[in-house]
Amino acid sequence: MTKTRTVSRNRILGVPLPAGRSGVDLVISALRIIIVALIIIGAGNTLLEGRFTFEQWLALLFAGLAQGSIYALIALGYTLVYGILRMINFAHGDVFMAGAFTTVFLANSFRHSGFLDSQPLLAILILMGFAALVSMTVAVLLERIAYRPLRNAPRLVPLITAIGASFFIQYTFRGLFGSGFKAYPTVAFLRGTFSVGSINVPIAQLFVFLSAIVLMLCLYWLVERTRIGKAMRSVSEDKEVATLMGVNIDLIIVFTFAIGGALAGAAGVINGLFRPQGVNFFMGFFPGIKAFTAAVLGGIGNIPGAMLGGMFLGVIEAIGPNLVLNGLGIPSANQLKDVIAFTMLVLVLIFRPQGILGERLSAEKA
Amino acid sequence: MSRILFQVIVFLVLGALASGSALAQGQGCDDAIGCVTLRPDDPVTIAWMQTVSGPTSFFGDDAVGGIEIAMEQRDYTVLGREIELIGEDSLCNPEGGQTATQRLVSDPQVVAIIGPSCSSAAVPAIPIASNAGFLMLSPMTTSSALTNPDRESGGVWMPGFFRTVYNNLLEGAVAAQFAYEELGARTMATVHDGSNYAFDLVLATERNFTEFGGEVTFSGAVNVGDTDMTAILTNIASNAPDVLFFPIFQPEGDYLVAQAKFIPGFEDVIMLTADALLVEGFPIDSGESALGVMLTGPAVTGEPYEAFLELWFDKYGEAPPSGFHAHAFDATNMLLDALEAIAVTDEDGTTLVGRQALRDYFANYRDFEGLTGTLSCSPTGDCGAVESMVIFVITEAEVYEGKWPPTILWKPGSENTG
Repeated sequence: MTKTRTVSRNRILGVPLPAGRSGVDLVISALRIIIVALIIIGAGNTLLEGRFTFEQWLALLFAGLAQGSIYALIALGYTLVYGILRMINFAHGDVFMAGAFTTVFLANSFRHSGFLDSQPLLAILILMGFAALVSMTVAVLLERIAYRPLRNAPRLVPLITAIGASFFIQYTFRGLFGSGFKAYPTVAFLRGTFSVGSINVPIAQLFVFLSAIVLMLCLYWLVERTRIGKAMRSVSEDKEVATLMGVNIDLIIVFTFAIGGALAGAAGVINGLFRPQGVNFFMGFFPGIKAFTAAVLGGIGNIPGAMLGGMFLGVIEAIGPNLVLNGLGIPSANQLKDVIAFTMLVLVLIFRPQGILGERLSAEKA
Repeated sequence: MSRILFQVIVFLVLGALASGSALAQGQGCDDAIGCVTLRPDDPVTIAWMQTVSGPTSFFGDDAVGGIEIAMEQRDYTVLGREIELIGEDSLCNPEGGQTATQRLVSDPQVVAIIGPSCSSAAVPAIPIASNAGFLMLSPMTTSSALTNPDRESGGVWMPGFFRTVYNNLLEGAVAAQFAYEELGARTMATVHDGSNYAFDLVLATERNFTEFGGEVTFSGAVNVGDTDMTAILTNIASNAPDVLFFPIFQPEGDYLVAQAKFIPGFEDVIMLTADALLVEGFPIDSGESALGVMLTGPAVTGEPYEAFLELWFDKYGEAPPSGFHAHAFDATNMLLDALEAIAVTDEDGTTLVGRQALRDYFANYRDFEGLTGTLSCSPTGDCGAVESMVIFVITEAEVYEGKWPPTILWKPGSENTG
């Protein structure tokens, strides 16, 4: 008397699907259409309403690009480590915090001594170097103490360790510097705005964007054009073959963590010059999550992808709530900024599961 | 059959143990809800319950600092006994409040709880502490629901809950009156951060502002953890109000103030915030963009407060991380005074602290002179000094010379400005 019901992959609600299409495909297609339609309707309504001026949109765009640059710099650390070790270093946001938080004291002493105002570029370079050094040290120690002993453990183990390490770093710095907020000094030449016609862009935002681009180009050159970069790529391709070719895997992994850490530390200072407030032991948490999202968005393991993903996420966060959610009549649109960011992640991943620039990973890599 | 017999025996043994311990506890205690019994060598256990981890830990550190300084001034001694100060992390959310309270009320030696830090943690904490007979004394939860006993209108107050900080209803009324009558504002935009405190204060202010005849043109929110405020500021600027009221904390408040000056259309908007940003770090961290920002908050000033700040600097080496240390200091002193007043010591050296007696003493507290002003408790737990609510303004002295507390601009009921 028992009835067995077989659900065919190729039938949905009893209706046969066109050849080669499964129910999952259909749901995903429907999801794509719904999300795209919502975005078009929301954006259309907002633009037709004409509530915001062209200058206001541009201001949002530049703020988004600057914020995205910070995400991108942190995302590079996630993507580099993932490329080499296939693990998500969830403590990377705290590596960023370590550099930013430690350097805030040096930055303020530079301001008090007048060095920051007399030699701003030199002072900023020193600050970035110092922060990079601090973050690099933390990242290398992290690899040595928390991850290396677990290199051959199941993949979940280093992931959980990373979360533990994240708490450990946070509360170590809280113990060192307290739980209050600190702020970076504002640098005189970054205060103004750069004007073309009626368009005004704060110089701080341009500075952040350009410094991030320079750092990313340096990284790209390092990975693509140098011997050690070649070694990094070979370890990423296949560790065993790389070992056979005489590549010192431990050294390459430490180097990768060091580079990722240094970029995060530099990002900490750039972030401080752009958004001076809010320097605190917890400041790495949210940027860490956003940067991880950016890395996945761009295609994790892919360096230009992390840059693009970061910029994309920054711009979408800045423009999305006002453009799409306002047009859909959603109240408190700005509180839903993260919803926009993560919806974009879903949208990109249902169109391109490998991320914007990601390659399809082979079974071994994934 | 044997199983039933076993259950009966277990029941009887447990009953005997319980009544025995009740006898031991209650010997000589005629308090309606029980006593804390302190044998001759027992310390007096007082607990703080604050958010001391995670992104809001600066509140907890602020309060714990105030509590510790108050106790140090009395050499950690009350009733001739040593004070044992214990702590529990209640975070800044309902789960934390619930867990921390459960842990503290499971220790019958805890005389009273100083906390929690956040209104959201207080909502589940109040019934647990109240039903267990504890006194819960909060130095920083201002939500109006906490001292409202009327369940119909969302109140959660229960006997045993008191606070040394003022009620949001008071602060909202002052903010709205100042905006409408003194600033001449007719349109207002508000921004909260989703916290119980900010949302409640925004509602109180909006209600009062509308009653005066003003119009609320925008009500929005940011997330705790947001750094980029450009989007919401652009939205507000697209229909620029006379005044923006944003009772949010550091660092979101810092970001909002610092970024507003870059937003086209924001040039003439008056920035009004609340005691959430009444922190010495706010003008220093926000720099010149904080110039002209106004704040509602308690006028905690005067020589005793200056002396307190010096003690703080000596102990911690930097400014207090938030604006509620003085309320925590007052709460601790009120509690210690109350203990001295109600505890009864036998001839054999055993001290009894009646839990209902402690609550009653608080309900009848009148004119306690503290750092935050003169505190008198209402029957439903509002002890905050009401006369001290003023409007501050951030001037160059606060931004560049580290002057603190800031300049008082206006007091309710007075005509003087400046």
